[in-house]
Amino acid sequence: MLFEDYFNLVIMAIISLAFLLGMVRFIKGPTASDRVVALDTISTLAIAAMVYMAHIYGRFIYVDVSLVYAVLGFIGVLAFARYLEGGI
Amino acid sequence: METIFTYLGYFFVALGAIFLFLGALGIYRMPDLYTRVQAGTKASTLGAMSLILGVAFLEPDWWIKLLIMILFIAFSNPLSSHAIARGSYKHNLKPFSKEQVDAYEEVEESKEEQK
Amino acid sequence: MKKKTQKWGRFLYTWLILMIVWYAYTVSLAPAELITGFVVTGLIAAFNFASFTHYGFSLFHPRRIYYIFQFSIVFLVALVKSNIQVAKIVLHPKLPVNPGIVKFKSSLKSDFAKMVLANTITLTPGTLTVDLIDDEFYIHWLNMTSHDEAGIYQDIAADFEKILIKIFDK
Repeated sequence: MLFEDYFNLVIMAIISLAFLLGMVRFIKGPTASDRVVALDTISTLAIAAMVYMAHIYGRFIYVDVSLVYAVLGFIGVLAFARYLEGGI
Repeated sequence: METIFTYLGYFFVALGAIFLFLGALGIYRMPDLYTRVQAGTKASTLGAMSLILGVAFLEPDWWIKLLIMILFIAFSNPLSSHAIARGSYKHNLKPFSKEQVDAYEEVEESKEEQK
Repeated sequence: MKKKTQKWGRFLYTWLILMIVWYAYTVSLAPAELITGFVVTGLIAAFNFASFTHYGFSLFHPRRIYYIFQFSIVFLVALVKSNIQVAKIVLHPKLPVNPGIVKFKSSLKSDFAKMVLANTITLTPGTLTVDLIDDEFYIHWLNMTSHDEAGIYQDIAADFEKILIKIFDK
């Protein structure tokens, strides 16, 4: 039991560190495209974090939330790419 | 209830977390947009897939929905990174290249001439 | 006559796939869910099967299933190998990258096979499909190892294309 708690803590710490690095690029990023790439990575991180939290708390409903978030993030990135190409 | 599946689950979760971190590190360190797309979104894709696979081993009742998520991530991520790369190129964001190799430039120039 | 049966096959294939996704997603056997899924997926399949698939049930030919299986194994090995390479580059203190956009010609005929090849190239890190015009692929390459077209083709696409030709162009 003890091992599991430590393991969860370490995994969530690594993911939060990755969040921080993504946020730094999101704030610094010289162009808008860089910010979108950073946002895409952050949303992938958020999906993974939500699925893992669903395991920690034992709640299946969080998996649904992360699936919907994956779909919405994908559509958002596509819309932005279309805007860069001059489509919208 | 420690079975072989639990250990496999821990292994895949740890591997996934490490790759997620490497993806974010790539986003932070790479020199220009295209290399950031390369290192960032794709290492983190493998990371997320591996982490979700690990959770599927830890919680065997959920595997159907987790498999759908893995498939969705595997299909949607190449599409979105390709869309960002092409959109940025059309937005006149030139790639950083030490040896100045850029085969796509001529295509864009011929399109400009047609206009 | 043959065309009509093919159309029905494609429609049924689309319906079946959508229904499997619906039942996998709802994970319940309540009659209301089953009936709703049956009707809704049928309607969606009726309007969209033309753009959903060009192959229908012929994808389930045993020879094709064998090659699809082989393709997924080759793909998974390439995915893990190239991810480790990119991880090494990211962790290296000097960041040894040598990027550039290269092009090569593919010998694949069908559009679907080209799409699969483009997505595979994108999903293996180190290479990223920027555009696909007719049969020319424009690839952003993180660490260029060759400059002539034959070498580029050999390094990026040869392994995948060998199998994809067997699956789709026969």
